[in-house]
Amino acid sequence: MGLLKLLQQDRGGQVFLGLLALAAVLVPLLNQLLPESHALHLSTYTVTLLGKYLAFALLAIAVDLAWGYLGILSLGHGAFFALGGYAMGMYLMRQIGERGVYGDPVLPDFMVFLNWDALPWFWYGFDMFWFAALMVMLAPGLLAFVFGWLAFRSRVTGVYLSIMTQALTYALMLAFFRNEMGFGGNNGLTDFKELLGFDLQADSTRIGLFVVTALMLALGYIVCRAIVQSRLGRVAVAVRDAEDRTRFVGYRVEHVKLAIFTFSAVLAGIAGALYVPQVGIINPGEFSPLNSIEIVIWVAVGGRGTLYGAAAGALMVNYGKTYLTGALPEVWLFALGALFVLVTILLPRGLIGLMKRRGATS
Amino acid sequence: MNSLDNLRAVMRRDRVFDFMLQTTGLEVDLSHGTILYLEDISVSFDGFRAINDLNLYIDAGELRCIIGPNGAGKTTMMDIITGKTRPDKGSAHFGQNINLLQLSEPEIAQAGIGRKFQKPTVFEYHTVFENLELSMAGERRIWPTLTAQLDGAQRQHIDEVLEIIALQAHRDRNAGALSHGQKQWLEIGMLLMQNPKLLLVDEPVAGMTHQEMERTAELLTALAGDHTVVVVEHDMDFIRSIARKVTVLHQGSVLAEGSMDEVQNDPRVVEVYLGGNCSLGGHQTPSLAPQRHRGHRG
Repeated sequence: MGLLKLLQQDRGGQVFLGLLALAAVLVPLLNQLLPESHALHLSTYTVTLLGKYLAFALLAIAVDLAWGYLGILSLGHGAFFALGGYAMGMYLMRQIGERGVYGDPVLPDFMVFLNWDALPWFWYGFDMFWFAALMVMLAPGLLAFVFGWLAFRSRVTGVYLSIMTQALTYALMLAFFRNEMGFGGNNGLTDFKELLGFDLQADSTRIGLFVVTALMLALGYIVCRAIVQSRLGRVAVAVRDAEDRTRFVGYRVEHVKLAIFTFSAVLAGIAGALYVPQVGIINPGEFSPLNSIEIVIWVAVGGRGTLYGAAAGALMVNYGKTYLTGALPEVWLFALGALFVLVTILLPRGLIGLMKRRGATS
Repeated sequence: MNSLDNLRAVMRRDRVFDFMLQTTGLEVDLSHGTILYLEDISVSFDGFRAINDLNLYIDAGELRCIIGPNGAGKTTMMDIITGKTRPDKGSAHFGQNINLLQLSEPEIAQAGIGRKFQKPTVFEYHTVFENLELSMAGERRIWPTLTAQLDGAQRQHIDEVLEIIALQAHRDRNAGALSHGQKQWLEIGMLLMQNPKLLLVDEPVAGMTHQEMERTAELLTALAGDHTVVVVEHDMDFIRSIARKVTVLHQGSVLAEGSMDEVQNDPRVVEVYLGGNCSLGGHQTPSLAPQRHRGHRG
């Protein structure tokens, strides 16, 4: 009932959720029922690729919540995504057990290689899925909370805040590159075997991960939509448009920002946790500032401040990336840069904004 | 020596420690009939003294007009009262019991001081209705705000305010699409929704037509009594139409205070205005276009 009411005014959201449901049903069917020779057959590789795109779409929605509705241009959301991914990766590492190259029942391979004789304290508990799932949300959430508390309290805004988020993800990247940190250094975490007892190489597991990612994306969208439709969402937009006014009306702007920014980081962490088992690796490269900027480009291309636009942008740009890095690898970065410049100049409201304008004029 | 004094203060048994006194969430105490006390306030920006030993008292229920040439410190004074600027010295109290210098902007707003900015500031991407909804007095914490729903009485209250500010027809329009004068009224409406004890109104009629100005004058005079209203304005005709008591600020302190006629005939006031680029427009002189004065720190 509440859900229907929520989506009543949200045409774009209806279309988005409808397409997502269709994909969640159709993709597994096309993969399983059609013979490989059939033209419409989807390989398992493609299913996993699509699952990866959906995880990115969830990440884009998280960024759009902070950027489109709260006015915080985060150039560091890749950090929250990667932290969620690392938490999941640590769980997957502990599941390897004796099947590792060195066959140590407790220590992951890289620790044996570094001649460590005991598990560091921060790896405790990651053999349990519920604990890892908690950390997927808690690690990025806590970081965002502490960072946000310091930044928003000192009233750092605009481009300065963006630069600080960029510095945050860069600092984390440098830290995670170090072997002494205990997260596998520049190789990161990889060679995963199974998740909750399911073999990660099996087709069924890959299809399952795709469906779970689609469900989480739908859930993430609905929760974000609920926040945006609530009075808190309207206060957030008020903060975006006239911060001082909001303060003089009596809202604690710092608290509003902190709450939504932290939630956005948690969502990014969940996206990271869905991404890692599908691609089979997490390494410090995920913290690279370039990744965070790419996320912002997805959102800008799709159209910020709509949520579904961000998701659409993530899917389109990533499809383009997969195609171009395969066909013309050296062109990709230039294409990305050009795309950003063109969208900023010609389509400030993104593709969704263009469609809305078309719809309004015709 | 100093720490010994501090220790002695702690040893006394006839008083409550300062840090134990409640500072937020207090109901304003108006038992002495004065709602605002500003005493010996000074503030400088980069060596420029914007406010200089300012003493100002506002009675509860009063409608006070504050005038003064450009740079007299009018807007800075409002910044201090609302917590945007902290003074270098002096004290500012709201009623008998609330020390404004200890509170943040939202706390001051919640204690009952509402402010209309010099430049009309509304939430442009929200509808007129939503602007009023967000300003409505009440819960400001995160979780209750997330789950808040409007009830019938609240909707009715919003509709009443819409009628007062004559924007019923624009209820569902984005506030950004309103004319300048309508934005001014919307902002006044937002103040009304907050239901503050003290309204600080900075240049309410800038950019308004004559009819709109008359309506605003009616509105502000009607508000006085239940609320206390402090108006900063340049338009002398407007001041004359509403003023009971006028305070003239000059170089950051009070130059004169009294009825419009007294103030106008005060030789010091005349000199200040004739010396500056403003004229204290009498009946014969038409008032200066308010646009000329916008965008400065008054």
